[in-house]
Amino acid sequence: MSLEQLPLLQQLMLVLAAVVLFTSFALLEQARLVAAIHAFAWQGVLVAMVTAIVAASGGLAHLFFSAALTLALKALLIPWMLHRLVRRLELDRHREPLRRPALVVMGALALVIFSYWLVLPLVQQELLFTRNIVAVSLAVVLIGLLMMVIRTQAVAQVLGFMSMENGLFLAAVSATGGMPLVVELGVAFDVLVAMILFGVFFFQISESIDSLDVDRMTRLTERAEDDS
Amino acid sequence: MSQAGWGLAVAQALLYVALAPLLAGWIRKVKASLQNRRGPSVLQPYRDLRKLFAKEARMAHTASLVFRAAPYVVFIATWLAAAAIPLVTTKLPTAAMADVIVIVGLLALARFFLALAGMDVGTAFGGMGASREMFVSALAEPAMLMAVFTLAMTAHSTNLASVVDYQLLGDNILRPSYMFALAGLVLVAVAETGRIPVDNPATHLELTMIHEAMILEYSGRHLAIMEWAAQLKLLLYGVLLANVFFPWGIAEGTDPAALGMGLAVVVGKLAVLGAALAVSETVLAKMRLFRAPDFLNLALLLTLLGLLSHVILEVGA
Amino acid sequence: MSALPWVVFTPLAGALLLASIRRPQWAGWINVLVSAVTFLATLVLAFTVAEQGVLAVSMFRVDAFNVYLLVLTAFVGMTTAIFSRPYMQYVRDTGRVNRRGMRLYHAMFQTFMFTMLLALSTDNLGVLWVAVEGATLATVLLVSLYRTPEAIEAAWKYFILCGVGIALALFGTVLLYFAAQHVIEDPAAGLSWSALHAVAPQLQPSIMGLAFVFLLVGYGTKIGLVPMHQWLPDAHSEGPTPMSAVLSGLLLNVALYAVVRLKMLVDGSLANADTPHLAGYLLMGFGLLSFLVAGLFLHRQRDIKRMFSYSSIEHMGLMTFAFGLGGPLATFGALLHMLVHSLTKSAIFVTVGHAAHIAGTQSIDHIRGLIRTQPTVGWGLLLGVAAIAGFPPFGVFTSEFLLLTATMKTQPWFAVPLLIGLAVAFAGLFRHLHPMVYGAVPEGQQPVPANMLPVAVHLGLVLWLGLSIPGFLARWLDRATELIAGVPLL
Repeated sequence: MSLEQLPLLQQLMLVLAAVVLFTSFALLEQARLVAAIHAFAWQGVLVAMVTAIVAASGGLAHLFFSAALTLALKALLIPWMLHRLVRRLELDRHREPLRRPALVVMGALALVIFSYWLVLPLVQQELLFTRNIVAVSLAVVLIGLLMMVIRTQAVAQVLGFMSMENGLFLAAVSATGGMPLVVELGVAFDVLVAMILFGVFFFQISESIDSLDVDRMTRLTERAEDDS
Repeated sequence: MSQAGWGLAVAQALLYVALAPLLAGWIRKVKASLQNRRGPSVLQPYRDLRKLFAKEARMAHTASLVFRAAPYVVFIATWLAAAAIPLVTTKLPTAAMADVIVIVGLLALARFFLALAGMDVGTAFGGMGASREMFVSALAEPAMLMAVFTLAMTAHSTNLASVVDYQLLGDNILRPSYMFALAGLVLVAVAETGRIPVDNPATHLELTMIHEAMILEYSGRHLAIMEWAAQLKLLLYGVLLANVFFPWGIAEGTDPAALGMGLAVVVGKLAVLGAALAVSETVLAKMRLFRAPDFLNLALLLTLLGLLSHVILEVGA
Repeated sequence: MSALPWVVFTPLAGALLLASIRRPQWAGWINVLVSAVTFLATLVLAFTVAEQGVLAVSMFRVDAFNVYLLVLTAFVGMTTAIFSRPYMQYVRDTGRVNRRGMRLYHAMFQTFMFTMLLALSTDNLGVLWVAVEGATLATVLLVSLYRTPEAIEAAWKYFILCGVGIALALFGTVLLYFAAQHVIEDPAAGLSWSALHAVAPQLQPSIMGLAFVFLLVGYGTKIGLVPMHQWLPDAHSEGPTPMSAVLSGLLLNVALYAVVRLKMLVDGSLANADTPHLAGYLLMGFGLLSFLVAGLFLHRQRDIKRMFSYSSIEHMGLMTFAFGLGGPLATFGALLHMLVHSLTKSAIFVTVGHAAHIAGTQSIDHIRGLIRTQPTVGWGLLLGVAAIAGFPPFGVFTSEFLLLTATMKTQPWFAVPLLIGLAVAFAGLFRHLHPMVYGAVPEGQQPVPANMLPVAVHLGLVLWLGLSIPGFLARWLDRATELIAGVPLL
């Protein structure tokens, strides 16, 4: 089915999915934590909107609930919790620019192309009206993973992790029309508990090494095997 | 028929030249009113050009032929590029020449001579302006080409008239690739035409000049032609953005009613774009030069995403 | 009303109860009590399933494969709870953990048991994912319980690496559900393992193959397969000893169980495709790699708990390889190995806890002369290591022997790296063990109050299983083998 034949609502969904990919890049490149948290919140809003549109055009009522849950959790609650943590840890003025931004962005683009290639056999089977949003969501997951790898700030790594969850949710919604409700609730609960635990961890790490630069936690290596 | 067509093509080209200073004047007027001033009248640029043409053109004794010829080359290259872009109607004989790659090439030619002119006299400002200009355009060029390729891939042709026609064919289609290409092209347009936040068109401070530095040595008619060329470039980009991404209203035939409608619509679109540019120039501050790459990398990223979303999201399996 | 709700929800109730109790002395006893009740419930459940066959109730399904894992999990949980009561009391008395920490420990212990039992007994693959992630979350704070910089670092690595792995597993689950939707009409049943198993041949091979890769990488991170194993030595060595015991003994099994369940689906789907043995080859590849790499790394370790964590990775690699090999002999061997490894490893970690307590350190270089200071601990460690290294007549020898036989029958060349790996690991373990048990006793080393009963029970069971597997257990394992490999062994 080519683009022209899709109804307007579904074209809107494709546009939103593309913007989600853009927010994922924006999240990757932000030097300031507060700006990154806002980018993540916007990503959550867009994912919730895509879910609502899928619910509307597919007539799947339980997806409206999922959309509301995603909005409440990913766009409001978790950014608020992160924001509060950042302020308490006094990191709101902290800047951590990428060391090699061009390389990172090229890597992220390579990941987008890789996920497209990976999902190609799936798309050969007819994929309803959501066609290749699965490729976009896998790209969001992989870019979240890239973010966790290159960022050394603990909060930034958590944002990468949450962005991965956003991508997974988008994949579930676009490929399958949403997982069964009990699973969605379980996943949302897990994400919330994970966020709470991350918050606890930030304080533990900050007390232990007096910073949140996780590259400084290098005591457990194979070489320097010192007992305590 | 073809005679009328060619006549119409010449008329469109002259219309470009005539409208360019008007757009510049309009933008200045809107900026002035945003700053709570009355500002110069919208027709002031015409008066400035007339004044400059009347003045004597003085040149440094180290100026070579390049310096003397550059204004004409720049003006004619830009004019040719502009004349190819559909302004009022898409059904013109020049439509066949409206290949986007040709347009980009002509603009590059103009830019090349502008830089040469800046370096020719051997002043510090000229060299500095030329190197900065090349720096900015080296980064902006890939983004522009990516945006162009995205359009070309969707319409299956690099001819601008075909692209516009393709857009007009389907009704109400939201394309993520076009959205990204638009965003990227806006950023590129701002950089290439030397507007805030990349370059300040009204400044003559050493630290902040790019375009102004290159034409600093010109006077009289040469200066008039250079300024006119810059205004023409601004109009070119404006028409590109307005007519390619929002082509509704453009005439698809050559009957007078459609032409009149097309003209009115494009003037309206340019007025809106000009006002938007004025607002953004008032709101944003000029970036320091070393931040220009970030700006243009963002443009490149947007256009690349446009291309990728075309391949991934829009092309059927 | 069967025993199933008791099995799954008793630990949950226990967790809530323990979270609200403020007196740590009672908490230890309540922990033991709740674990004992859970264990009894699993025994009743096992009898029910032995008579009835499969017990399937809404989202839960207990068949021959997971019923014995349920019993094993509850049993090791109970013995660890018995060991943990005095051990954590000692930890509290020395001030390493405060009152809030103790409350957190006990509540999370039972939450962890709940998530593991839920993961083992559920039919819904999505709930399986939620439970495995829940198990990670429950234990993350426990790894950093002592609040040393090393512990916090270990917990952070654990959290991040396992979180990433699990996220990839979720993507695999989504792909699986996607494949299911084309075949199964009812959207709620699309994640039900039993429904999927019934229609497995109709699931699209390309999608299932891709999904399995993601699922293997994801759950494989939790199993500790190389190269996703980086979190395991740190997390297992930095937490309190009872935590190391259950993490090594139980959680790895649960993750492997998940992979095997999924492999059963993928094999059914790929049976008629171009690469029918894809899942098997992937498991064999990862398993063999983990086995060899862990065996080599064993030699370099200077911390006793890290050494045994690498031993866990090695054995999990061996089991993964066995499941990948397929066929009744290897599958039976792998199932037996899951059982004996779990019992032996938890016993070893308990003993190691006592040994570290005696020596005051976890560094191998500074633990000496255990057998002279406290013979029970010394002998416990010696026998435990002998058991895990594969000495006859312990059960590990039996399962490894079965595995080697199966390898030589189907893929003879793989027997060579297996034997080499076994020898390398054997050498590594004994090289480090010998000075620890028999070396010169350092000044002032005193015996400590140690309850070695759980260790004795575990090792005794392993010895019994090595000498003669009781009939009911053999039949049990055989039914599980039939379920997984399609053909019974006996």
